[in-house]
Amino acid sequence: MRALRAAMTRPPSALTLLLLAMATSACESKSEQRSATSAAASVQTRQPSSFGLGHAPTAGQLAAIDIDVNPAGIGLPAGEGTASTGAAIYAQKCALCHGPRGEGQGPYPRLIGRVPAPGFAFASDVKAPRTIGNYWPYATTVYDYVRRTMPFNAPGSLTSTETYALVAYLLSENGIVPATAVMNAKTLPAVQMPARPHFVPDDRERGTSVR
Amino acid sequence: MTERSSSPDVTSAATPTVGEATTGAISRRTLVRSAGVLAGAAISAPLLRAAIAQSPASTTLAPVSSPVAPLDASTVPGFPSTALSARASFEAPALAPTGVTTGASFSPLQDLTGTITPSDLHFQRHHNGIPIIDPARYSLTIHGLVARPVSFSLEELKRFPAVTRVHFIDCAGNGRTAYRAPRPDLTPQMIDGLTSNAEWTGVLVSTLLREAGVERSGDWVLAEGGDAARLSRSVPMSKMLDDALVAYAQNGEPVRLANGYPARLIVPGYEGNMNIKWLRRLEVIDQPNMSRDETAKYTDPLPNGTSRQFSFVMDAKSIITSPAYPNRLTSAGWWPVSGIAWTGRGRITRVDVSTNGGRTWSAAELLGPVSPHAHARFQLMWNWDGRPAVLLSRAVDETGYVQPTLAEYRKARGPGTDYHFNSIRSWNVGGDGTVTFGG
Repeated sequence: MRALRAAMTRPPSALTLLLLAMATSACESKSEQRSATSAAASVQTRQPSSFGLGHAPTAGQLAAIDIDVNPAGIGLPAGEGTASTGAAIYAQKCALCHGPRGEGQGPYPRLIGRVPAPGFAFASDVKAPRTIGNYWPYATTVYDYVRRTMPFNAPGSLTSTETYALVAYLLSENGIVPATAVMNAKTLPAVQMPARPHFVPDDRERGTSVR
Repeated sequence: MTERSSSPDVTSAATPTVGEATTGAISRRTLVRSAGVLAGAAISAPLLRAAIAQSPASTTLAPVSSPVAPLDASTVPGFPSTALSARASFEAPALAPTGVTTGASFSPLQDLTGTITPSDLHFQRHHNGIPIIDPARYSLTIHGLVARPVSFSLEELKRFPAVTRVHFIDCAGNGRTAYRAPRPDLTPQMIDGLTSNAEWTGVLVSTLLREAGVERSGDWVLAEGGDAARLSRSVPMSKMLDDALVAYAQNGEPVRLANGYPARLIVPGYEGNMNIKWLRRLEVIDQPNMSRDETAKYTDPLPNGTSRQFSFVMDAKSIITSPAYPNRLTSAGWWPVSGIAWTGRGRITRVDVSTNGGRTWSAAELLGPVSPHAHARFQLMWNWDGRPAVLLSRAVDETGYVQPTLAEYRKARGPGTDYHFNSIRSWNVGGDGTVTFGG
């Protein structure tokens, strides 16, 4: 069956066309052969409106993979968290790599800090660390990324409550939300990130300009 | 030109019946005699396998790896046929891996010729290790702003009309070491080894989206991997409908593990990070998702205090791969100056080479047909007089974009820029024939 399916997806080979021609030559006229040949050639570009393949995913199958969160907050689950609970989770699950104060080490990036504060001088300052506080333009991205990838050795293992708490902790330590702020599906999308106004769309051009 | 497409149709549905009935009556002798003709017919493969299985040669393993060669190979029989074709033991090209789970492996550009990167030497970049995904349990789901959410198995993906196209993939961070910390002893591999070029076969994203029925507001598509990084990027719908494909084959065989097995996204000409490997879903959305890799990463801070976002297209770029460190010119005289050039804006139309540090330029020859969004191989024959020289290459693409000098690039982007390093690379040739990286 597998071989048959594989064969069906292939274009007709030279042999097939030859065999078709041989089979038809015995009982059909030349004009019929020509029409058969031209029909075989023309259908190459014709496609049905649907190939009828695939199946509808179940709600459960979709929920298992539909994990993204956008700036409007679409995708944020129920639940909430604060910095104080986030601090404990951070110490337990994050500090080993990112450092006890989110200072980063080796390949594990610094998470906390607003330096350099003025000017957004990342192009001129090679050593300027890009942190959640000084470079991330959307707070919802923090939730999306933590849920998606962390902790590094067990991605996907954090609960919604844990994730909200960690996000609250990281935003609070970066001085973006108060230490008492509650992060949930309503409050997180409303958080204004300091870096947001600095981002501009691609303005490069064809031709000789260097941008 | 490099594209071959096929569509299922009434004729191909009839193919197996005709092929099986007729081929079954063909004798082994006839089969062998017409093996060339039969190569494209599905039914011929099992029969040929059966024939091969009778040969003792099929059990022979690859030759020993030590480079032992007889003084005169024409006087002694060679080794028998092998199950896998090994590289000559005198050749040892290898990726340069960083060896960590957020790692990369650099392709040995100085060891490669032509344009196609052998699959085991294609560069790798992964953000939480290389996953192993069972093809029998793989599925690609299309959902979001669509009329009919749908999941396809790998087998089903292969039943759609296939396209075959040659495309480069270039990591947006390729060239970072050369820009940030240039050293004379950098090889082409360590300078620009995060680009490779392969023949990809798969199904157009537009074909898959048509099955799901995109709603009018669907301006973007979130592509997500099924690896432990669940890497996600928003791709404009216009690009997805134009020429993006879901590839399940690389250079004629299933995509290699590190390159996205069993299926990956190819977004021709766009930065490598967007070519999501181990692709598990495409979600049609109305605005970009603003995932980490399109905000905190893969954005370009500029000297004016802004940061450029959605800089998807890879600007034209080139590098001379020979002569280049660690290789050297062993004598004065004629040498080919050879390298690769590529652009995210379509085709490379010209590569200029200078042997005097940019005082004068000569148009190099482009070898073979140049494909859009693919590496082009250039070559300029150079009669070296034995004196110090500086070799440069400068790519020009079909939009008229010209690869910038290092000074132009630095002025536009600043020293702290992090991606899209496409300035002209230079090689210093010493009077002793040594070749070192000049920045």
